[in-house]
Amino acid sequence: MSVTVKIPTQLRSVTGGDAEALVDDAATVGEVLDGLYDRYDGLRDRIAEDGDLRRFVNVYVAGEDIRFLDGLETPVEDGDEVTILPAVAGG
Amino acid sequence: MPTGSELIRQIREQIREVDPREVHDAIASSNGNGRAPLVVDVREQHEFEEAHLPGAIHVPRGHLESRIEGRAGDKSQPIVLYCQSGQRSALAAHTMQQLLGYEDVASMNGGITLWKDRGFEVETPRALTAEQKSRYSRHVLLPEIGVEGQLKLLDAKVLLLGAGGLGAPTALYLAAAGVGTLGMVDDDEVDLSNLQRQVIHTTDRIGVPKVDSAEQTINSLNPDVEVVKYHTRLDASNIMEIIEGYDVIVDGVDNFPTRYLLNDATVRLGIPVVSASILGFDGQLAVFAPHEGPCYRCLYPTPPPAELAPSCGANGVLGVLPGTMGRLQATEVIKLITGAGEPLIGRLLLYEALSATFTELKVRRDPDCPICSRDPGSISQEEMGKFPDYELFCAG
Repeated sequence: MSVTVKIPTQLRSVTGGDAEALVDDAATVGEVLDGLYDRYDGLRDRIAEDGDLRRFVNVYVAGEDIRFLDGLETPVEDGDEVTILPAVAGG
Repeated sequence: MPTGSELIRQIREQIREVDPREVHDAIASSNGNGRAPLVVDVREQHEFEEAHLPGAIHVPRGHLESRIEGRAGDKSQPIVLYCQSGQRSALAAHTMQQLLGYEDVASMNGGITLWKDRGFEVETPRALTAEQKSRYSRHVLLPEIGVEGQLKLLDAKVLLLGAGGLGAPTALYLAAAGVGTLGMVDDDEVDLSNLQRQVIHTTDRIGVPKVDSAEQTINSLNPDVEVVKYHTRLDASNIMEIIEGYDVIVDGVDNFPTRYLLNDATVRLGIPVVSASILGFDGQLAVFAPHEGPCYRCLYPTPPPAELAPSCGANGVLGVLPGTMGRLQATEVIKLITGAGEPLIGRLLLYEALSATFTELKVRRDPDCPICSRDPGSISQEEMGKFPDYELFCAG
């Protein structure tokens, strides 16, 4: 099974420009992110702190904010889309 | 075959007719609690403009079949139709009941003539001028907007924060749409590097304050629009004074501190905000309607630190992108003012230009939100836009 992770512009400097990444064999959002941290050096520091997400980063599974689900323990299913979304203020 | 008058008599026997007094009492006793019947005027445009029942919507009988469902989607809701004397509304009620499946339709006996004879009040609405009828004719043709919606737009007061990337296209379209009062807050001057995207400004106005340049363009586009200029930077000392009295605020500011400050002030005042932000090839859009849906802090509880807030410095942006996002903002503003459609409340729309995709995410109201979970009156001026370690954030 695999999920697709959408990576925002602000984080593409640490993903080598990748805007999307496929992660296999992850059962929770936390495991999906661990899979990304293994692949992309520096990503963990940008979005996580002390084992949790930094507060200005939102993560959505299938359009729902994981803050209102089970956080990093939120389960993911095959084919789910995970969106990482920091706030943007440009105008 | 029956004669015309026989046919009308037969039809009137098949429908329910109500006396103006019943309609008046039903409206008065409902007191806005939602059980009032929907009152529909089925006469021609000029008759409606002359005078109509208070609160009545207008669907001319000639357009009944094509337009009524757009105005009265719930076929079980109580509906009262009226015309001048009660004949046209009887025929319209028959059509709605027999052919369109409306369950609770009545025709008001004697029409608006008997209503007035009974001494009940009518509304004599302001109408569009001949020039306005022509200028806004494509709006008026839309049943979701119509003359009523256009008059609402002309009466509306919309404040644009920033006359830059997002503010420029939004202002142009809102001005063209006939939003009667457009406030603009911007302390900047037009720069050559703005013109790749800020289409309200022109090359010969480089160095001119953006609010003056925008006013010039708007005035030549639509004389119906009054521009209120604020050549200043929005901050805690002036925000309440500037934003109070506006119906909708368009947030296209380029920094986090102002976005949070605006959020807190608008939650306190109960003013909806149509918010967009852009970076590179990507845009975000949401409508924050205080207490009806989530606020900006529910979505983003804290701003990112400066190193992760690329808005703080000069960054690349595709020139068309603020145009796309600004026009989506203008669309949401028009929807809020006219009541048409479903506003983008509780939802965040992401647009990625490079992949040409739109993504919709749900935004929930945070029951522990430090701002919108509280009584709005308790939000003090001092705490608006504040965070414990606020100074760490880029000042924009």
